[in-house]
Amino acid sequence: MSPATSGPARSGPATSGPARSAPVPSGPVPPGPVLSVQNLSVRFRMRGGRRIAAVTDASFELGPGECLALIGESGCGKSVLASALLGLLPGNARTDGRALLGDLDLLTAGERTLARTVRGRRIGLVPQSPSAHLTPVRTVRSQLEETVRELTGVRKAGLRAAAEAAAERAAFPATHLDRHPHQLSGGLAQRAATALALVGDAPLLLADEPTTGLDRELVDRTVDELRRHADAGRALLMITHDLAAARRIADRVAVMYAGRIVEISAAPAFFGEPGPRHPYARALLDALPERAFTPIPGVPPELGDLPPGCAFAARCTRASDRCGTLPATADGVACHHPEETSRA
Amino acid sequence: MLELSGITAGYDPRRPVVRGVSLTIAPGRSVGLLGPSGCGKSTLARVAALLHRPDSGTVVVDGDPVRGARHRATREQRTAFGVVFQQPRLAADPRMRLTDLIAEPLRATGRRAEAAAAVAALAERVGLSGELLRRRPHEVSDGQLQRACLARALVLRPRWLICDEMTAMLDASTTAALVAVVEDYRAGSGAGLLAVGHDRVLLDRWCDETVHWDELRAEKSPSGV
Repeated sequence: MSPATSGPARSGPATSGPARSAPVPSGPVPPGPVLSVQNLSVRFRMRGGRRIAAVTDASFELGPGECLALIGESGCGKSVLASALLGLLPGNARTDGRALLGDLDLLTAGERTLARTVRGRRIGLVPQSPSAHLTPVRTVRSQLEETVRELTGVRKAGLRAAAEAAAERAAFPATHLDRHPHQLSGGLAQRAATALALVGDAPLLLADEPTTGLDRELVDRTVDELRRHADAGRALLMITHDLAAARRIADRVAVMYAGRIVEISAAPAFFGEPGPRHPYARALLDALPERAFTPIPGVPPELGDLPPGCAFAARCTRASDRCGTLPATADGVACHHPEETSRA
Repeated sequence: MLELSGITAGYDPRRPVVRGVSLTIAPGRSVGLLGPSGCGKSTLARVAALLHRPDSGTVVVDGDPVRGARHRATREQRTAFGVVFQQPRLAADPRMRLTDLIAEPLRATGRRAEAAAAVAALAERVGLSGELLRRRPHEVSDGQLQRACLARALVLRPRWLICDEMTAMLDASTTAALVAVVEDYRAGSGAGLLAVGHDRVLLDRWCDETVHWDELRAEKSPSGV
């Protein structure tokens, strides 16, 4: 497995169950989405028969050149969703629904297909912690050359130049190619990891918390670079809890709570006027230090013990009896009492 | 009063990352220390928390000069500090259940008997429910683990809190919640705070005053003395 495909080899694909033919989400569908996720659910079976509902019924589409930011509190299932798309779930996970990359269903594809044609080639992963993602005992050049060789088939003669070109695309300075990961600052390590993710020229970039732990200036630079790659025609799914980063580059925002996507909105409307429509999304923005700086009361429910109705009802100021039943997603919001002001 | 004067510190005596920095925090005050990655602010925070011995300079805690770092400091001085680090995963023993994690400072100081009551009270304060407390770090999220780490920092009722990028890994709501817990504790105990970070908006909102690393090096002592 080459570095660009990320992570240790897991044993076998973790998918099973019939792919149920899910209804395609309503609304205008852009021509040929790069990624189409339909009713994706992920369940973990734990010891003692407990079941953890990490992701439930997630649906969204992502077109070329588009950036979708998936935001939510820690532990809400964001990263599990990313692992499901890459086929990197542990063995006790069961998936349901579909995740179509072109005409390939990522959830039912075998490990062989995923390893040889998907990871690094059709999906580039920009990892959460680049210094942990890179191999510590090898230089950036050596890792880039290996990835270029594996993914593009360039052989010896052209390898050095191809690796340098790959570094260039992620604005990684050629002067630092012979350094080891521990000799790089956080920002440069991030670029090295991005360079590896870009080598395969994948149409879909998956960035899982790409800015965690970076300072604001580096966050801005990192996400601007990701945006640049989206502008070059790639689809970008950025998973983050950094709302400022999401605001900076996202076209659309998907808010996840307790494993469900509770709102999908256009980013300008979400962060500006009229603001989010789901009460949870509103409360999340209000927690920002530049806004009210008030935490959402209570804690998220356990994913192993979700209530039958709306999972946010226990913390919600608008909750009523109706919230005991699960709200359907209408117009991108799954709530019985969405903010009305937005219906302009 | 927490007084750091003329601190030079680092990991290689020939290339110190902190050079001649002074910082004073009056009792009960909170100072936010702002700076880019790699500037040395975390090293200064470790010196302030008595976790790192400076190459030169002095640390005076509430009038008593510090004569050594870590185990070389007196227990009375060490336990005057509660520290919360950036990455809860690296700051938590993976073998311990959260209950034991929070109670560990009490055990280490021979106050095991108080553990049950203290943990129960603190867990509620930081928003951890009963079932979560029986889990080990790999079974909880970053946010939940950081809540436990904050409870651990508060369990000895420190007079000083050092928060080094406490919220860098956390979402907005958890950030606001943990800051509220810190401020609630400070309001009740009169503890002082040094909060290190790179988010100016957050530190301005959180602390009595915010100093930038560059000002600190230039100068005299900031802070509400």
